[in-house]
This record gives sequence, C-alpha cells and structure tokens, in this order.
Amino acid sequence: MSDLRDLYQQVILDHYRAPRNFGALEPVCASAEGYNPLCGDQVKVYLRTDGDVVDAVTFEGVGCAISTASASLMTEAVRGLERPQAEALIASFLKLMTGDGNGAAGVDLGKLEVLSGVKDYPVRIKCATLAWHALRAALEGGDSETVSTE
Amino acid sequence: MTAPAPLADGERPPAAGALDVERLRASFPILAREVHGHRLVYLDNAASAQRPEVVIDAVNDCYRTYYANAHRGVHALSELSTDAYEAARGKVARFIGAPDSHEVVFTRGTTESLNLVAQSYGRPLLAPGDEVLLTEMEHHSNIVPWQLVCEQTGARVRAAPITDDGELDLEAFAGMLNERTRVVALTHVSNALGTVNDIPAVVELTRARSDAVVVVDGAQAVPHMTIDVASLGCDFYAFSGHKMYGPGGIGVLWGRRELLAAMPPYHGGGAMITRVTFERTDYAAPPQRFEAGTPAIAPAIGLGVAVEFLEAIGLDRIERHEHELLSHTVEVLNDLPWVRVLGQDTEGGSLRAAVVSLVIDGAHPHDVATILDEQGVAIRAGHHCAQPLMERLGVPATVRASFGLYNTHEEVDLLVSSLHEVRRIFG
Repeated sequence: MSDLRDLYQQVILDHYRAPRNFGALEPVCASAEGYNPLCGDQVKVYLRTDGDVVDAVTFEGVGCAISTASASLMTEAVRGLERPQAEALIASFLKLMTGDGNGAAGVDLGKLEVLSGVKDYPVRIKCATLAWHALRAALEGGDSETVSTE
Repeated sequence: MTAPAPLADGERPPAAGALDVERLRASFPILAREVHGHRLVYLDNAASAQRPEVVIDAVNDCYRTYYANAHRGVHALSELSTDAYEAARGKVARFIGAPDSHEVVFTRGTTESLNLVAQSYGRPLLAPGDEVLLTEMEHHSNIVPWQLVCEQTGARVRAAPITDDGELDLEAFAGMLNERTRVVALTHVSNALGTVNDIPAVVELTRARSDAVVVVDGAQAVPHMTIDVASLGCDFYAFSGHKMYGPGGIGVLWGRRELLAAMPPYHGGGAMITRVTFERTDYAAPPQRFEAGTPAIAPAIGLGVAVEFLEAIGLDRIERHEHELLSHTVEVLNDLPWVRVLGQDTEGGSLRAAVVSLVIDGAHPHDVATILDEQGVAIRAGHHCAQPLMERLGVPATVRASFGLYNTHEEVDLLVSSLHEVRRIFG
C-alpha cells in the first residue's frame, strides 16, 4: 500500500477534510467553472485581483479528495502572486501533473509537490487539474465560463 | 470460501442446482489475470461483462475460417456467413421468447436500439403536446434519445418519480398517464440501483390509461434473469451483447412485428432496400429495413454463442447465485456504520438484481475506486450515466459493485476488506 500512502498524503487528506478558502468570494473580479463530464465533478473558482496582484482565490463545488485538496492548495499558493507569476505557477503545476519534467524552470511548487503522486494514477490527473484549468480561465477574464477537462 | 447467506423462506437450497462457479470461472480467460499484483476481482459487470472462451473462439473462428459479407454474395463464404448471422438471430429470438425471429433487429447496442425506436417509431408519431413518460431511474441512453425526438416534434418528456427505496412509484406513474402519453420508456433493471421494475404491471396500467407503447431498456436485465417478451407484454425491448458475456458492438432491438412493419427506416443504405431508383426506394421488410450497411457479423455470431452459453447454465441458476451474492453483500455492508447502501430495501434486496450502490462517510467514490483498484478490485465510481437519479438520491456519485455469474462469496469478502482499507486511509 506504499503507493496509496504516496497518493493520499496527510496534507492532501487534511485539505480534503478542511478545504481552505472554500465558498463564494465577495466582491469578485472573475470566476470560472471547471467540469469533468467523465465523473461529474464540478468546481467553481472565484478570483479577486488588486491591480496586477492576485488578492484572493476561493472555490466551491463537490469533488474527490484529489480535486478538493488540489483546489484548496491552489488557493493558498496563488494568493499574493502577480498575474504573470500566477500563470507560470499554473503552467508549472500542469506540467508536473502530465509528468513533463518537474515543472517549469524557476518556479518553486513548494507545498504543491505533495500532489506529485497523482501523476502515477493517470485516470486521476484530471481530478488534480480541474480547479487549475478553471483558475486559468478566470485569470483570462472569463466570467462563469465553464472549462471542461474532456 | 464464506458460507452462503441463509436461505429465505421457500427458497431452494443451492445444493443440486447450484452453479459450479469455479468451473465457470475457468472458462473466462481474463479472470486469471492479476491487477496491481492482486488477483482480479471483477465487480463492474453492469458496465460491461467479460467473455467466455467459447464466445471469443466463435468470433475468432468466423474471421479465420468463413467470414464474408452477409446477404450479398452467391459465393460459399457469403452463404456461410449469412447462415451463421441469421442463425444467431434465431437463437436470440428463442432466448427472449420472441414469437418470430423477424422481430429481432441487430443494432450496435442498447443505445442504438433506443435511438432507433425514438426516431423510427416516435418521430413520425409525436406531435406538440404529446408526452413521453420515463422514470427517474433511467440511464442517459433512455433519456437523451427521447429529448432529441421531443425537440424535433414538440412533444415533451416527463419522468415518473421513484420512492426513497429506489423503486418506481407505480401510483404516481399511473397518475401521469393520460391520452397524450404516446410512449412509456423505462428500464427493466436499474443500472445504478439494481431495482427490478414490474414490467407487466407497468404495461397493464399503460394499456388501461393510454394508447402508448411500452419501450423497455433491458440492458441490465438480460444477463441476470429469464426474459420472455411475450409474458412481459411490452412493445419494444432493447439490450446489448457486451453486458451478457457477448462481444461488444452488437445489440438487439426486439419489437412487435406489426409495429416494426409500420415504421420507416432508421438509417439509409445498403441491405435495407428492395429496389432503389433516383425517384424512389422501396424498403425491405423488418428486420433488414433497420440494418443498413454491413452488419457486425462476427459479433452477432458471438452473441448467439453467448446466448447458448447462458442457456446451458440456466438463467434461473444464475439469478439464484447472484441473488445470494447480493444478499450476502448487503448483509455485511449493513453492519458497517460508515457505509450507506442506496436504494436497497432492508429486507435484503429481494427486488434487486446483481447491483449494489453505496457511499462511504468521508470518502468520495473516486477515491474509493482508486484504493480498491490498487487491490485488484474493479468497481465503478461515478454517476453511472444516471445524473437525474443521483440528484434524486442527493449524492454526486456512488460506488457500484455489480455481479456476474462468475463472482464468488470470497470476492464479496475481498470487496469488503478493501472498503476497510478505504476506511483506514480516510477514517
């Protein structure tokens, strides 16, 4: 069961049971929904920016441990980043998930590394990336846009 | 191996008529394989069952020794293929109690069968204000084809409610029937809950209160119980080969001869005509009218062999074996306070067929599925293509274990011990 312990690390279980920044955001600058038609998981990501800086990100929705923990960790990781940094972090995280190297050069994934075990479970990668695709859509100015993992 | 569940009153002991499951398992080559270092425990039969060697060999043999197009050539192989293809139709007709093999249309599967009825029967008939009555427990394949035809015709889809126990509310269903109801379409067995609908009762109510035809989605029923379309009394019955130990890509629509004879074609092409000019085309009689193009010849032949395989075992014995597995499973799961079994009556699942849907406190079904898979246990997690039903039950998804004739009590115990592993991780 060592593989499963890698996947379901305590940090992930903790963020699943007590997701951070969970709920709608008010006031909000942009939001976007992520939907995985394969499993029906749905997440809505809210974004507030202050000039070029990500002031706050929250999310709501129903999902598995991987998608919930990934969204929760994401909201913490992007807060305070400037827009280009946030976009680089998203790109780096998505690269980590697709097993395409260890993320983009120069971007420290920090705590997000706990999700690296997901890449060994190909059918679960979309769970981990769902909220990230939604955040990217929100950063691109989408309002209630739905991004799909399919 | 664990002792089977105690017998209910009046139930026959499994001694003489019991399945020799170990011998049957040996005829399914895939069951010998391992997954993640564990012996495969295949409990996803409602999604698709596995195939016995005789079916695999039949398909193989067709391609290796006598394959050619059917209904086309005068050469020897074409005649052999045609004969085998039509013989398979005859086997299927006998298997479901169809009075006439011309009432058996080969399709790609249940989905295509239901679309065929919606378009060829429903579309010419339905008018604005007409109603198609479904139930809340339908698979998307028995919802979306009706929505499509309703969009085309101005008719509307209604859904009869289910009870909290996951059964069709027959009283409410009866109340929704009226003179505008043209089609009643419902599943024989719920793919998500295992509920067995009382088709004769539905037919009787429908006949008494409307002129509607009754279309039955039999995909989850045919592998698990004896089907006799004559005694069910319905007008159309649809099912798939791959869920009944047959090949993929082949399915069946049974329809009453007079209804099929009055229906326009579904697809146009070769094989479904008697004469074509640029001015007009005369269509062939059923079933050829609905089988445009080169059919799935080898899969149809394989389906005929799957039918013989099931008949040789006996559907009554399969049903009894699977019922024992289900009772055993529900009994064990009901003792676990962190497991909630959905839509299963507390009497032990007397009206359910081979399916158990559950949720676990604090663990999402997808995580459960990953953890079970690591232990070689294949189950389905998700909405089971029944999103309206999930909404009705108030859950985003469930964990579904579904049984086949080759599953054992020992496998049920492995399922349960895997669920304990989920609990250890998510506890």
